[in-house]
Amino acid sequence: MNRPLRVVLSVLVLAVFAVVFIVPFVFIALTAIKTPAESSLLQFSWPTEVALVQNFVEVLQTREYLLVIAFINSTVLTVVSVALMVILSAMTAFVWQRRPGRSGPIIQLIVLSGLIIPPAVVPTIWVLQALGLFRTMPGLILIEVVFGLSFSTLLFRAFIATIPKDLDEAAIVDGAGPLRLFFRIVFPLLRPVAVTVIVVQSVNVFNDFVNPLYFLPSHPTVQLTLYNFQSQYLTQNNLLFMNILLITIPPLIMFLVFNRQMVAGMTSGAIKG
Amino acid sequence: MSASQVRTPPVLRTATSSSRRGVSYRDRVYPLWFYVVPAILYLVLFIVPTVSSFYFAFTRWDLREAEWIGWDNFARFFAEPSLVQGLWHTLVYAVITSGAKVVLGLPLAVLLTSGIIGRTFLRSVLFFPVLVSTIGVGITFTALMDDEGLINSVLGLFGIDGVLWLADPALALYSVALVDIWKGIGLATLIYIAGILAIPHEYFEAARVDGAGRLQQFFTIILPLSRPATATVIILSLIGGLRSFDLIWAMTRGGPGFASDVIASVIYKQYQAGFYGLSTAGNVVLFLVVTAIALPLNWFLTRREVDL
Repeated sequence: MNRPLRVVLSVLVLAVFAVVFIVPFVFIALTAIKTPAESSLLQFSWPTEVALVQNFVEVLQTREYLLVIAFINSTVLTVVSVALMVILSAMTAFVWQRRPGRSGPIIQLIVLSGLIIPPAVVPTIWVLQALGLFRTMPGLILIEVVFGLSFSTLLFRAFIATIPKDLDEAAIVDGAGPLRLFFRIVFPLLRPVAVTVIVVQSVNVFNDFVNPLYFLPSHPTVQLTLYNFQSQYLTQNNLLFMNILLITIPPLIMFLVFNRQMVAGMTSGAIKG
Repeated sequence: MSASQVRTPPVLRTATSSSRRGVSYRDRVYPLWFYVVPAILYLVLFIVPTVSSFYFAFTRWDLREAEWIGWDNFARFFAEPSLVQGLWHTLVYAVITSGAKVVLGLPLAVLLTSGIIGRTFLRSVLFFPVLVSTIGVGITFTALMDDEGLINSVLGLFGIDGVLWLADPALALYSVALVDIWKGIGLATLIYIAGILAIPHEYFEAARVDGAGRLQQFFTIILPLSRPATATVIILSLIGGLRSFDLIWAMTRGGPGFASDVIASVIYKQYQAGFYGLSTAGNVVLFLVVTAIALPLNWFLTRREVDL
């Protein structure tokens, strides 16, 4: 491509991308800093009066700091479930990758069905109720762990395949048992893929709406507050969009810091199918 | 771990032969009990609900007692227009969104791997919506797609009459699908980009030496060698599309009327109404639809893989 053509094409693409992909976010930000009256018009315009601080304070104070509580709940949910997911799926992937033989295809079938099969909602509630875990934070945490296991295990397995088995043997010769071999020798080597799993899954859990809606409607998580505010805030679009703005910040930070790992995790499978 | 293990002669071969104590090297070093905790969780919270759904789907159920009523729930599901429509909408929604992600994703990936200026920035811009809360995106586009919202205003500037994106029953489902494509196209494009970047550079050089133009390179190199990427995009977005709930729920609640109801929203509505057996029957239908589509498709798409 010659140079002038390339510049023209680039500017054109940039303009289209700006309109299609950036304008909606600008709209969120603009509406979030408007006064209630102006935000109710839902226009794409610069606010006549910037109410950034007032809206920020007000959205936090609404319904006795519900959003703050929701942020704490979502953080607990995300941190605990992703931590469990990482440990359990790394252990599973390690044994799965290292043991050739009959168990391999069976586990593959189980892992793939976890990716494909839509969870049966009411029967899951029935099981959680029988265990006394329905509408509890531990119950929802375990649900998130189970639904995230398959994807994490596949990522870990692909990475473990690149670690030579000689390393295991050397550790065993030195007298390590399986637990020490895994946690002291192998797990530290999984750091790159562990970061990928953590980043992708924490964004997934933080943004999850369906599971908190079904299994923990009593405790607000950030996605549920947004959903509840939607009907409550018919005339207060400024607060609704301030809420959207605030809950977009954690994924944005993740994205800015871990861009490469995130992309690697989400596009895995593109090459091998 | 124990001191006794230090003294057992180390097995240096990777062979699976048994050691003197009758426990094979494999069992000692890679013990099956590593599976125990995930297996119990998976069994209790995933397999038991999935298997039992095939029983509860045939019952009238209040979570305590289940009364066997045979095929009644399924008969009702397929007889009531408001319910069975959800099945067709699910298929339409999944096919449109995954089709669009393939058709738009590959050209975008080619564009963003070409010599275009600012491609790293463009990739980030395209990918970011993937990470944003689906509910947040839904609420934002509900505002943008309003009768007097930004989209219709912009169309008005060009002299085009706006449409009732979400209020028109004939359009609502497609409007939500459009937002789904907007949100998911970044992931599809990145998957294609990863596929294209994995193509050895010599192929393109050889093609250039032979005098192949850009278009020819696209059809003879990129398109056939992106087959694994296409398989990934189709399977991911089709499964995602069949199961989708958040976006539809945030934008239309399945309305107006039942015009944008999908199976997942039917399941939720019946659950809310206390029809647990009927809701579970909906789950079974969704299970059957997803497996009936995903399994053959997976087999078909990964059957003839192109080796690099």
